[in-house]
Amino acid sequence: MIAVFLRELRLALRHPAEALAAVLFFVIVCALFPFGVGPSPEALARLAPGALVTAALLAALLPLDRLFAAEAEDGSLDLLLTAGLPPAGLAFAKAAAHWAVTGLPLLLAAPVAAALLALPVEGWGVAVLALGLASAILSLLGTLGAALTLGARRGGVLLPLLVLPLAVPVVIFAAGAIEAGAGGGEPRPFLLLLAAFLAAALPLAPLAAGAALREG
Amino acid sequence: MAGLLDAVDLAARRGGRVVFAGLSFAAQPGDALLLLGPNGAGKSTLLRLLAGLLRPAAGHVAWEGEDAASDPAAHGARTRYLGHQDAIKPALSPEEDLRFWSRLRGGDPAAALEAVGLSPLAALPCRTLSAGQRRRLALARLTLGDAPLWLLDEPTLGLDSASVERLGGLLAAHRARGGIVLAATHLPLPMPGARELRL
Repeated sequence: MIAVFLRELRLALRHPAEALAAVLFFVIVCALFPFGVGPSPEALARLAPGALVTAALLAALLPLDRLFAAEAEDGSLDLLLTAGLPPAGLAFAKAAAHWAVTGLPLLLAAPVAAALLALPVEGWGVAVLALGLASAILSLLGTLGAALTLGARRGGVLLPLLVLPLAVPVVIFAAGAIEAGAGGGEPRPFLLLLAAFLAAALPLAPLAAGAALREG
Repeated sequence: MAGLLDAVDLAARRGGRVVFAGLSFAAQPGDALLLLGPNGAGKSTLLRLLAGLLRPAAGHVAWEGEDAASDPAAHGARTRYLGHQDAIKPALSPEEDLRFWSRLRGGDPAAALEAVGLSPLAALPCRTLSAGQRRRLALARLTLGDAPLWLLDEPTLGLDSASVERLGGLLAAHRARGGIVLAATHLPLPMPGARELRL
């Protein structure tokens, strides 16, 4: 499992463009809001929590449709599935690697995006925390979606349709946490709810993804 | 007669069409089976069934008398499957590729490279390898970790005659250790004493 994770990281480092594309997408989407809403800091700060979370989730979705499709196309998936590794373990390694390659860089870019959206500085710490939890959940749900849509003809389109509705609670709680953090409220309950969601997804999503891979 | 590997009354269906049905055979340690048949006869399908990548429409595959589907991880660990595709990442070097697979399956990457004559190219990215060299890298993975069951789909695809001969040596050594080889091929394979299984 660790071997699969390390291989993913090595491959991502050889092709840094893919991870960078997701980060740049995130920053650019956030940079578009001031153009659409106008530069008034109050209006932007009102929008900032929801915009940050939504943009981050969409950016994290970008590389997901290649997660298993690339392995299936070159035959690696057959070998991985017959390597004596449980399919759920393979899915977990893939999800962890997706988070390390896509989620972590998004967190590094989060302060930049928060500044673009005029989010008060007090909220930045909570924003990074909430986005960290939200992106980890999305990596897990996305891995499940990628395993389910593997082999479907328009898998790339189907995947967001499948995953984004499941991510609705994530958006609500993450945006709530950021709003509370920026407005001087108490973000703790929101963060705990996100953590609970993550704790449930951590074992369930890889198990379901593994079952989907075995059937596929 | 029961063997180490038994296929019992196997049937496979693809897209609603029955590819084959009622297929039974047994293989003892050291056996080599050559799968022959026209395109679409189900040779690749049979190999995928035996590897546990597909589920049979009927029948089952048994190893030492036990249903292989009851413990997929154990069956995977004793199986080496070589498909049509070489499963190579262009960005990794042959050495990195084999080191990864050896972490999953054991074995010595350097010895595996040596066995297929790829040692001089070990550090080059795979995107610079020719089709035959890629095939040799895929063959090198078979030798990792001494698995008893080799399932080969057109193993000689793109190989030059020296490499085919080297493959012959690998197959002979595998069978001498008590391993089983099932190979689907249209080209002559250096497997003396192989039984033929027509689909």
